[in-house]
Amino acid sequence: MAIPLSYNFRNLRVRKATTVMTALGIALTVAVLLGILAMVAGLKSALQSSGNPLQMIVVRKNSASELVSQVAREAISAIRFKEGIQKFPDGEPMVSAEIVTVMNLPRKNDPEGANVTIRGLSRSGVKMRPEIRMLSGRWFEPGQREVAVGKSVAARFVSASLDHSLHFGRGDWKIVGIFDAGKTAFDSEIWGDLNQIATDFNRSEIMSSALVRAVDPIALQALKTSMADDQRLYLEGKSETEYYAAQTSTARPVEFLGMFVAVIMAIGSSFAAMNTMYAAVARRAREIGTLRILGFSRGSILLSFVFESLLLSLLGGILGIVLVLPMNGLESGIGNSVTFSETGFDFRITPAIIVVGLSFATVMGILGGLLPARTAARADILAALREL
Amino acid sequence: MRKYIPFAFKNSLRNKRRTILTIASISVSLFLLGVLIAVYHAFYFRAAPPEQALRLVMRNRVSLTFSIPEYYEPKIRQIPGVKEVVSRSWFGGIYIDNRPEYFFPRFGTDPERIFKVYPEMTIDPEQLKAFQSERTAAAIGKTLAEKQNLRLGQKITLKGDIYPVDLELTIRAIFEGTADSSDNVMYFHRKYVEEGLVNARKGLVGTFAILAESAEAVPRIAREADEMFRNSDRQTKTDSERAFQLSFVSMLGNVKVFLLSICGAVVFTILLVSANTMAMSVRERIKEIGVLRTLGFTTDKVLAMIIAEAVIIAMLGGLLGCLMAFAVVQVLGSSLQVMFGTLRMPPVVLLISLGVAFAIGLLSSVIPAYNASRVPITDALRHLG
Repeated sequence: MAIPLSYNFRNLRVRKATTVMTALGIALTVAVLLGILAMVAGLKSALQSSGNPLQMIVVRKNSASELVSQVAREAISAIRFKEGIQKFPDGEPMVSAEIVTVMNLPRKNDPEGANVTIRGLSRSGVKMRPEIRMLSGRWFEPGQREVAVGKSVAARFVSASLDHSLHFGRGDWKIVGIFDAGKTAFDSEIWGDLNQIATDFNRSEIMSSALVRAVDPIALQALKTSMADDQRLYLEGKSETEYYAAQTSTARPVEFLGMFVAVIMAIGSSFAAMNTMYAAVARRAREIGTLRILGFSRGSILLSFVFESLLLSLLGGILGIVLVLPMNGLESGIGNSVTFSETGFDFRITPAIIVVGLSFATVMGILGGLLPARTAARADILAALREL
Repeated sequence: MRKYIPFAFKNSLRNKRRTILTIASISVSLFLLGVLIAVYHAFYFRAAPPEQALRLVMRNRVSLTFSIPEYYEPKIRQIPGVKEVVSRSWFGGIYIDNRPEYFFPRFGTDPERIFKVYPEMTIDPEQLKAFQSERTAAAIGKTLAEKQNLRLGQKITLKGDIYPVDLELTIRAIFEGTADSSDNVMYFHRKYVEEGLVNARKGLVGTFAILAESAEAVPRIAREADEMFRNSDRQTKTDSERAFQLSFVSMLGNVKVFLLSICGAVVFTILLVSANTMAMSVRERIKEIGVLRTLGFTTDKVLAMIIAEAVIIAMLGGLLGCLMAFAVVQVLGSSLQVMFGTLRMPPVVLLISLGVAFAIGLLSSVIPAYNASRVPITDALRHLG
């Protein structure tokens, strides 16, 4: 027969101070793990939701990113006539020549600042990303020294707000709009008119990339193949979604560090939980003896103590989750090794992360409780009853 | 006081299992703390080689991805206090394939000057001559040679991306640097890269490394250099080499807050663990404390003894943790690259960790010890454990 669970609840309540301290230790361990997981989840969601599965980014062969790629304007003109490219209602093919570069901007709390991606594109390039909407202000006008900035850039960089100016290229650029790209990587970019940016950077003939939308997935594959086979153009097409998803490699060092820290902290916390449980077992030696006399088996004593440890660590786990919940939605940025600029993201505490936190706490509880519970279960009845 | 230390020590051994578990818990956490502080140290306090204090880096004001004209070089040279200037252009490109194990920094440079601006890179004079006199020659650091298994005379191909040219290079020199930034790198002739470029892209470099005559002149040179090109269409940003490197750390995101908040959580967790243990062990001993008090021990002595016990336990944990951290960093350090080099465990990091352990011992026992020493003797003697 199992010992009633209320026995364990009451015991935890009687030893309030110890319970709280042990649970808090576990809570911090869980909080660190979840904080890092929330960061990685936020970054991954920003990158994995970027791009349209029917679109591809065309870069120079062997170029890992748009930033290092160079594509001649004629080459882009040549692509326009390939088959399988979707058309705008006016019959123009959906091909957008773009220039990508980065500029250093001071952050709100850090004058050293970080790099921000600048994208030069035409209005058709904007239209090819219909999920992006204007939050305030308007889009840049062709031929004007105007830019629109992503929401995340506006939030985190000094002088990146509406009606301010940015200085790059050959002078000042007025910020005329702030756009919302739905938490995708575009939120971390500054967009301006292609030709104006090309003139400023002396690269009117050399673009960075082209964005191409295919009519369907089969046409996309065919376009990729025809691009790869055309030795004269020396280009390669990457699916837009895959291109951004591949950048999640940026999160790997953080993920690694997070796992390392969490596992080590968990070992420390398990020892602490073990300590608490051993003390609990020692203090209740007589009780254990009494329970055995009453007919509870060794097995149910073992179970009861493991359960108590589990309860303790779950309390810690829940506390840890409560501790990190305020981080949900917190805006931050991380240096993206592919784009050489900062990608903004929000910390995201997803249900999956909460489950990970609770399971992590469960493991700690079982590891910490098993040995003390075994000691309790093995106690000799008579000796236990004689204990003070 | 000295005779009470063994007493405190004995006390810590009365419940061996608890003491061992506490020490284990503290040592594991302090191991983690030690490694984290070492990473933090590597980011923000890495000891700079003495040559670094004399060097500046000039880049395009907009960002590192923009170039600056090579004709700035003679102008920079005219600034008083400038000893030598050399261009370094990040080539990027692909060696073998895109996998990270084949990635290493590669620069186009001026072979006549690069070793003057970086005197910590020692090179055999014969090899230097060979590197300088052959258009397609490359010089590589020793670490790089070992990692990529490259020999003198070997030919390697770099496929360009930022520069749309492919380079066929022959390794003519292997030099020895003092840090990874000067040893895990490849240099070749910038002129060779330019041969393959269209005219519009010629005459541009990535950065200039400037060697100053004295460290005092560095801030002034930075100011004057930037002032000199303020009205040109390619403005510059000149920083000390150290500041230039730190700007890469800044680019990673808020590393400082990230590391410090983890360290904070770790320290607070150890504090909780340790305080919990001390509270448990004091609670069991109230009666004994009553006996000590009857024997004439003052409250202060009782207090001191309990604190000493906590400090001994925390320090043992701390020592063990530091040892582990030291061993792990020694063994794995070379494979854990932190920004500009291998992870190391400088003595100051170990000292900080031990200091933290000491503080934790002290802080964790103050409240339980204070409470225990203040319990009236009669109550203490009547106390049931």
